[in-house]
Amino acid sequence: MIKAIDKQRYILDFTLSSLWRRKGKNLALVLVYTLVVFILGSVMFFTQALKNEAAVVLRGSPEIIVQKIVAGRHDLIPVSYGSRIGKIRGVNAVKARFWGYYYDPVAKANYTLMVPEDLPLKDQEIVVGAGISRVRRVFRGNSIVFRTYDGKPATFFLKGILSPESELLSSDLILISAPGFASLFGIPPDRATDLTVQVANKKEIPTIAAKIVDALPDTRAITREEILRTYDAVFDWRGGIMIAILAGAVLAFLIFAWDKAAGLSAEEKREIGILKAIGWETADVLQMKFWEGLVISLSSFFLGIILAYFHIFYASATLFEPVLKGWSVLYPHFNLTPFISGYQIAILFFITVIPYTVATIIPSWRAATIDPDAVMRT
Amino acid sequence: MIELQHLRKVFNAGWPNEYVAIHDLNLEIAAHQVTVLTGPSGSGKTTVLSLLGCMARPTAGRIMLGEREITSLPERFLTQIRRTTFGFIFQQFNLIRGITVLENVMLPAYPLGEPLGGLKKRALNLLDLLNLASKAAAKVEWLSGGEAQRTAIARALVNNPGVIIADEPTAHLDTGLSREFLDIMRDFKGQGKTILIASHDPMVHDSEIVDRVVRMRDGRIIDAGVF
Amino acid sequence: MRKSDGFLLFIGASLVLLAFILIQAGYVAQGDFALLRQKAQVVKNLGLTDLCLSTEARYTRHPSQADGHTARQSHPLALDHFPSGSIIGPPEILQKLHD
Repeated sequence: MIKAIDKQRYILDFTLSSLWRRKGKNLALVLVYTLVVFILGSVMFFTQALKNEAAVVLRGSPEIIVQKIVAGRHDLIPVSYGSRIGKIRGVNAVKARFWGYYYDPVAKANYTLMVPEDLPLKDQEIVVGAGISRVRRVFRGNSIVFRTYDGKPATFFLKGILSPESELLSSDLILISAPGFASLFGIPPDRATDLTVQVANKKEIPTIAAKIVDALPDTRAITREEILRTYDAVFDWRGGIMIAILAGAVLAFLIFAWDKAAGLSAEEKREIGILKAIGWETADVLQMKFWEGLVISLSSFFLGIILAYFHIFYASATLFEPVLKGWSVLYPHFNLTPFISGYQIAILFFITVIPYTVATIIPSWRAATIDPDAVMRT
Repeated sequence: MIELQHLRKVFNAGWPNEYVAIHDLNLEIAAHQVTVLTGPSGSGKTTVLSLLGCMARPTAGRIMLGEREITSLPERFLTQIRRTTFGFIFQQFNLIRGITVLENVMLPAYPLGEPLGGLKKRALNLLDLLNLASKAAAKVEWLSGGEAQRTAIARALVNNPGVIIADEPTAHLDTGLSREFLDIMRDFKGQGKTILIASHDPMVHDSEIVDRVVRMRDGRIIDAGVF
Repeated sequence: MRKSDGFLLFIGASLVLLAFILIQAGYVAQGDFALLRQKAQVVKNLGLTDLCLSTEARYTRHPSQADGHTARQSHPLALDHFPSGSIIGPPEILQKLHD
């Protein structure tokens, strides 16, 4: 047993010497390989953490949201619909929700405005998210001027800033009073953005949602389940960038594997011949090739995955920021809670380490079995 | 003692470029002696060495190593025998580039898995014997012809084989180095090793350490040279 | 040190680091539970429906509330011109509607 271990250490010694001979090429290989693992790992960690966060945090979202649909688009809903809904058996409460978007030409950013239920705000008071405070450089007590729907300036005063810990939810949020909202957007007094419905028995949600749409055919009901499932599908692999990244990674691997599988160079063949001539068996040569593949892939795997972890959870996924931010100005600062599992890491291991290691051994098979005699004649 | 019985080797059998390297060869190699195979190129010397050293299998015939027939052994056992019984010195040296002299010398022992301490000591002793101790950490590309050959000799001996086989050892050496080589072979003969050399260099087959010269031509022995 | 020892040391250290990361992640996640509950409370109080991942377009800011057609902008073949739209696909329910 000890002999077997010692033998592997010797073979590994030789493999490392062999790899070190072509230092430049192999270091470049490890670099690119690490990059591929890093990207895949980052994507995996990021999406998993976000999905988990959404699943936990959005559990408190409204049970049913009723939107009015006009010509396929979300339109303002008559508040009177609420009383019709309230009559449905199983409905506890119906509330009107007022929220919308405001484009701020000063910062060239989009804000989400909302009238909160339980927060008492004076007509001109607002509470803003940390992202807005950052972008407009406004703080408690400062004033900020918006343009109303009819082109007039309206001044609002900051009562406070929402906590930075909640940035992933509220970074672009402005909480405003109902009169403030009405003056800014000029929506008719009998309309709301949508209605939220609270039901007595959670299991009844789908049934009640169906009844609502039945009673009010020009509406659409969104259940909490659907909200949660939206975030399950976020970063779905079918999304544009995901496919681009995956395709890139697959392509990179194919290139590596091709480089290996296309066969050994004359130099490599000669070396295998020499090894066999001096007393290495076919099995020994194949073990050396196995280590060759493993050294590169294992090193890259560990480097890539550890870097990915630090990238996502300690550097706030900075490399993904440009994609998520897109053309927007406002981007939340957030620290994701690490939700990673051994399962994810195992999957990443299997799709990165195994194919490359196999691709290194297979083309060597033939060369490893030739008679060392050929070496004598070169 | 090594015995070759009715040995025949055909390359590319069945193909248009079929070539019979050895026709029905019979030879007995005495132990603890220096035997030289000589003859023009194409005479089959290298093939005999190669078959003897278990690097290829004969098309027909048998090879006996002492009492044991080794021709029909599976590759595994053949390699084991090759490792422990034969030490090969190639015409082109065939050292592995890019690694050190010491590593090259230790390579044949790697698959045996012995502890590094002992192996390293043995290898350094060999290098010392051949006046190469100072070059142990040098990369083989930087060696002179003579140093490279001595490295090849050290490598052939690391597993302490009983038989040394050398293929045209003086082909790339000047007179001085050739003489050095023969001196080294004398020492090994003195240690009881069997030495088999293929060479068309008169300096080798006329040397006084040689016990027997076998002449070959066109894959046959034309002069068995038994004394 | 032998080359193989060096490599095995590197792999060993990486394994340890990875294990440490996994364990530490578990602790951090647990420690964050209180914070997450807090955030869930914020969601409940304000009646929020989406994470603020992107403020580019309506359907990337509130993907769960997005219109049936926004994922395809004005017509089915319209290309996505917001980068974040390529990451945040249409909610599942809409995919079902259009199947």
